[in-house]
Amino acid sequence: MANLAVHEEDVLIKEQGYDDHFHDHHHGDNYQSGFLMHYVFSMDHKIIARQFLITGMIWAIIGAAMSVVFRMQLGFPEESLTWIKPFLGKWIVVDPATGVGKLSPEFYYALVTMHGTILVFFVLTAGLSGTFSNLLIPLQIGARDMASPFLNMLSYWFFFLAGIVMFYSLFLSTGPFSGGWVAYPPLSALPQASSGSGAGMTLWLVSLTLFVVSVLLGGINYITTVLNLRTKGMSMWRLPLPIWAFFVTAILGLLSFPVLVSGFFMLICDRSLGTSFFLSDIFIAGQALDRVGGSPILYQHLFWFLGHPEVYIIILPAMGIVSEVMSVHARKPIFGYRAMVYSIMAIGFLSFIVWAHHMFMAGVNPFLSNFFVVFTLIIAVPSAVKVFNWITTLYGGNLRLNTPMLFAIGFVSLFISGGLTGIFLGNSAIDIQMHDTYFVVAHFHIVMGVAAFFGMFAGIYHWFPKMYGRFMNETLGKIHFWGTLIGAYAIFWPMHYLGMAGVPRRYYSFDTFDAFRHFTEMNKFITVFAIITFAVQLVFVINFFYSIWYGKKLKVKNPWGATTLEWTTGIEPIHGNWPGKLPVVHRWAYDYNKDEREFVPQHVPLKEGEIGDH
Amino acid sequence: MEAVQTYNRRNRINAQKFALWAAMASIMMMFGAFTSAYIVKQASGNWLEFSLPQAFYFSTGVILISSVLLHYSYVSFKSGMERRYRQFLVMSFVAGVLFLILQYLGWTDLFDRGVDMKGNVSGSFLYLITGVHALHVIGGLAALTVAMIHAFALKFTVTQKRINRFELVLHYWHFVDVLWIYLFLFLMFKK
Repeated sequence: MANLAVHEEDVLIKEQGYDDHFHDHHHGDNYQSGFLMHYVFSMDHKIIARQFLITGMIWAIIGAAMSVVFRMQLGFPEESLTWIKPFLGKWIVVDPATGVGKLSPEFYYALVTMHGTILVFFVLTAGLSGTFSNLLIPLQIGARDMASPFLNMLSYWFFFLAGIVMFYSLFLSTGPFSGGWVAYPPLSALPQASSGSGAGMTLWLVSLTLFVVSVLLGGINYITTVLNLRTKGMSMWRLPLPIWAFFVTAILGLLSFPVLVSGFFMLICDRSLGTSFFLSDIFIAGQALDRVGGSPILYQHLFWFLGHPEVYIIILPAMGIVSEVMSVHARKPIFGYRAMVYSIMAIGFLSFIVWAHHMFMAGVNPFLSNFFVVFTLIIAVPSAVKVFNWITTLYGGNLRLNTPMLFAIGFVSLFISGGLTGIFLGNSAIDIQMHDTYFVVAHFHIVMGVAAFFGMFAGIYHWFPKMYGRFMNETLGKIHFWGTLIGAYAIFWPMHYLGMAGVPRRYYSFDTFDAFRHFTEMNKFITVFAIITFAVQLVFVINFFYSIWYGKKLKVKNPWGATTLEWTTGIEPIHGNWPGKLPVVHRWAYDYNKDEREFVPQHVPLKEGEIGDH
Repeated sequence: MEAVQTYNRRNRINAQKFALWAAMASIMMMFGAFTSAYIVKQASGNWLEFSLPQAFYFSTGVILISSVLLHYSYVSFKSGMERRYRQFLVMSFVAGVLFLILQYLGWTDLFDRGVDMKGNVSGSFLYLITGVHALHVIGGLAALTVAMIHAFALKFTVTQKRINRFELVLHYWHFVDVLWIYLFLFLMFKK
């Protein structure tokens, strides 16, 4: 491909593009050109995507650092932590006689809670789907921007505000909320239940309510944009797979987050107005609470009605990104495009009728459990379809084993290992033994934690040239990949074993349990790898910021030889994305190695007798 | 190149209107969750039965009338009848405010009968559900206020842009109306 100047128009788009008269209004390059409007209160989807990404990265570092601290407690409970006292202050209790500093148990619980909340909501929901939906939806469907750039900006700023409130709660003298990321009552409903249940929980609720507003504003925008702003010729069946994934993800969020909010409203009433939705006359320090008839299980139903779709809100965007990255770097069309789309839809649908599998041991009727077991296990079918299609896409491909591709393949590996343990846990009978053990921790960390991160990394390495006009460093990228893959398995593989042996999760220490004493060495092993894996992530952060300013410059428009529309814009796309007309789409998104052509972009017209759809 | 022409952009529906409909689906889910929680809680017993306050019957009528008035205003706007458009718009707004006043009277009536937020959970549910609905009506009144500012401050012209804007308010206002009727019937028959 010729070396094109930054704003030079694609000849094909110029000759055959679709003129929407966008640039007649002369706002092109001067649009929001001041620093404040360009980088802070931006309404351009590409800048908002970067805002989501970098905010998400900051939260990821905070959340991961928290896990390192509590892993230190679990792996090396005898070691002195006095050296982190400058950071954690009074949460490290130093014995004046020996000088040995210990993590306070209250703060251990707060760390576990915050780690979950931050990673699930701020990093893997906002950081993943916020970043890539914003970046890719307009670019891949051939739109100038989102349907409502203003709501899009609000979506980011509500997320930012949610982050500020949560960050502030970390510095409360009573500590942030410490009752687990699921915030089950009564720990979350009674301000006196634990030190974090007072102001910490109030701020947690405020923060998450703001967060839900952000998700809803974003989601409404994504759905509207995908349905209404596709360029000429871009039928739904020609959409690249990431767009399908973001679209279904947004629908899931739109339908499930409001249910969480209704639960939050009831929780707020219980906390502040003395109602008995979730609280009953339980005994606290010998005194019966003056509430009657509330049911904590009701909260669990409302929470998991969001909570289960939420795990697909996290994993579907990663799946979409991986499908795209894999097809591009295997130089092969994605295998079974329609099957991929139908399985995304099937997963989305099923995600709404399996929530009670999180509550098998919470006193749900065992006959009702059967229903949820069956539907939970059925999710294995569309998931297996996707895995099969990824593997067949790789089979016989002309693989480029660069960093994005490695992460995409790593995703499939993790999704298989983590998905298989899901079949164990989906059975209510096996769950009697497995629930609330490290087996559960291992399962969901691999399948939705690390796997979603792998999807995100694949996306970042792949679209970094589109975002910043430079490449990330390949050597550092490969160090990052191998360090993370080996590290993640080294952390979570032994946890399956711990869980099968019955080691419960969320415990501060196992000193008093003879049954778990012989796992000391295994816990040390896990902690050492947690620290190493955290260090490897810093390599990524350095690589990311170094490459923004000093990375290898992008010289061609389409460095990967991809077919999708985002690579037809200028090297650094302007506001409105395409300088002149919009590209017109003639074919599906995966024409690789077709009729002896290495790849055929979507806006190349069909030849005589050629079929555009699959 | 003829083949291309057959694929047209299917944005026959206005994007903002579509976004509003998506938001309505989201609000429906929230009230769906409230009413489902209500049914689940009721099934587990310890449930105080009480009849709905009379004011709620009146408020149901008022919000229905308000919806109809706004629709007349919209029809008048489209057919260029400036005065009727403004009159019906203001009347619809006033009916909206009256609805909230009636809801408030209903709550005080219930409170006087001994049904309060803190007591039996059936009362808590009633206040919560009708309260959150009232918040959505307040949101609608804010939108109507903007519509009134447009009606009185802008020069009267019937353009597609202004019709679309009006339709946004209209659809949302009909939505909170229908939502109330659902909640009212639900609370009446599932008490």
